[in-house]
Amino acid sequence: MSVLVYVENAEGKFKKSIFEAVSYAKAIADQLNTSLTAVSIGNVAQDELQKLGNYGAAKILNVNQDALKSFINQAYASVIAEAAEKIAASVVVLSNSFSGKGLAPRIAVKLNAGLVDGAISLPELNDGKFIVKKTAFSNKAFAYVELHADKKVISLTPNSYKIVEAGGQAAIEDFAATVKPTDLTALIKDIVRATDKVSLPDAELVVSAGRGLKGPENWAMVEELANLLGAATACSKPVSDADWRPHSEHVGQTGIAISPNLYIAIGISGAIQHLAGVSSSKVIVVINKDPEAPFFKVADYGIVGDAFEIVPKLIEELKSFKANN
Amino acid sequence: MKILVCISNVPDTTTKITFSDNDTQFNQNGVQFILNPYDEIALARAIELTDNGAGTVTVIHVGDASAEPTIRKALAIGAHDAVRVNAVPTDAFFVATQIAAYAKDQNFDLILAGRESIDYNGAKVPAMLAEILDIPSVSIIKKLNIEGNMGVVEREIEGGKEVLAIPFPFVAGTAEGVAEWKIPNMRGIMSARTKPLQVLEPIEVQTSSKIVKFETPAPRGQVTLIDAAEPQKLVDLLHAEAKVI
Ligand SMILES: Cc1cc2nc3c(=O)[nH]c(=O)nc-3n(C[C@H](O)[C@H](O)[C@H](O)COP(=O)(O)OP(=O)(O)OC[C@H]3O[C@@H](n4cnc5c(N)ncnc54)[C@H](O)[C@@H]3O)c2cc1C
Repeated sequence: MSVLVYVENAEGKFKKSIFEAVSYAKAIADQLNTSLTAVSIGNVAQDELQKLGNYGAAKILNVNQDALKSFINQAYASVIAEAAEKIAASVVVLSNSFSGKGLAPRIAVKLNAGLVDGAISLPELNDGKFIVKKTAFSNKAFAYVELHADKKVISLTPNSYKIVEAGGQAAIEDFAATVKPTDLTALIKDIVRATDKVSLPDAELVVSAGRGLKGPENWAMVEELANLLGAATACSKPVSDADWRPHSEHVGQTGIAISPNLYIAIGISGAIQHLAGVSSSKVIVVINKDPEAPFFKVADYGIVGDAFEIVPKLIEELKSFKANN
Repeated sequence: MKILVCISNVPDTTTKITFSDNDTQFNQNGVQFILNPYDEIALARAIELTDNGAGTVTVIHVGDASAEPTIRKALAIGAHDAVRVNAVPTDAFFVATQIAAYAKDQNFDLILAGRESIDYNGAKVPAMLAEILDIPSVSIIKKLNIEGNMGVVEREIEGGKEVLAIPFPFVAGTAEGVAEWKIPNMRGIMSARTKPLQVLEPIEVQTSSKIVKFETPAPRGQVTLIDAAEPQKLVDLLHAEAKVI
């Protein structure tokens, strides 16, 4: 019995959500009295791999094969399942990232394992039971899922488990995985990544705006506020539908569900479908000129007033706050 | 082009979620069920791709007869025929296995599903189905086109996008952007009544997960209102009280 965590890299680097996944997997390994192995696929430098030791990985299987240069769902799932079998893993952990969502179900089928997607807390282990909490009904509820297969796959929601530094060292071992040509039929044609921007699912702070902003030309102040905070930007559905902002920024029931530490909503009414994707944010700030806007019911802090007056003032206040702190 | 679209029947987006039987069951009393919004755009794209006789669209649902209005809606929107596997699903693996059992010798070029259902939010069925059928899958796609014998999809990645070309057959989970929702017209609604709806009995599946309890989030505290003339108070509170900046 052991625990395996898949550590996805973005251009050779691990993101915060991966250190969360490793910390989480280490805690499960401790619960089960076993050790944690990580599997990395792609070209990641030794010192970057070494960082994983600090979060509890005792061993790293390093898969660096030409055929696996770019992410192909089918092939990566095979490699991770092979690594799980090699170390006789009883639990496999992944981040519930966009790639993780595509991998975890394939790995679960390969291993004949039970799967909890989007886990938000450590498993409860009682009388041989293995129960994991996840969000359901688009964040309007939580479900406790019992896995009763011998093997388990868990994908962890970003921002839902604290990073824990364990101060250990990891032994790095090269692992030559079997790559079936039939797993590699999909071809990557193009990748466009905005490297200067904080990505939404990982962001700790998010500044979001809605139809109350009247038009795309008014987003400069939203971006300025976000830049000052080091926050990602988001928007409501009508805003992306109108092409004021890209679809990738749309949060809510039919957009991305997020749980940042701070969510600032400007000129967004707080319709139930919008709240579904953001209500698990730790702190919510609402700026809206309508005191009856439903968003105020779930907000921690609110300002009733015109965004065009408040946001520029807030930007000035933040600038002086930053200068003094 | 022969396309299969997997559809689920979910509580309407405005539904207030409550539970019964000691918080072990979703309380369906008074709940309006709808076609899962993501599945609806998968269906819309499938219909666009097969327009003017360029192919056929079959929809499949795993569930009991209570979902028939949702299936008829899919037919009204433009699907050619429908299949219902007559079983109350126990988990995503159960659903994926039933769909795979039907699809395996039907020679679909393309299988589409919504990227996730808005009830259990698993995003599991499309990738599980592909794995069972041993064909490629891609999750969360925002665009889907056909170029020769390949599908060209745009996949969402953190902070960007990736374009992939995938040989048929494959499974894709569709997200917003792939198509606009289609509203059924009168002709569609009339013809939906007579389109074929095949009911199949399920195959046996050993499931590996079970929901044992539900919970609703704790109510959030009262909002602290800050005067619009004093935004520095907000900065102070976010720093000193909430400790988020
Ligand atoms: C199936 C389905 C799925 C959906 N999924 C989503 C989803 O995922 N995400 C989502 O966001 N929506 C979703 N919606 C849409 C949702 O119901 C709302 O229509 C949407 O969230 C409203 O967006 P909004 O608040 O930006 O716009 P509006 O409803 O137009 O609200 C604008 C707000 O701005 C305020 N305002 C106006 N001017 C100013 C000003 N100068 N200063 C300050 N405040 C101002 C107004 O008081 C108002 O509260 C979905 C709907 C359906 C039917």
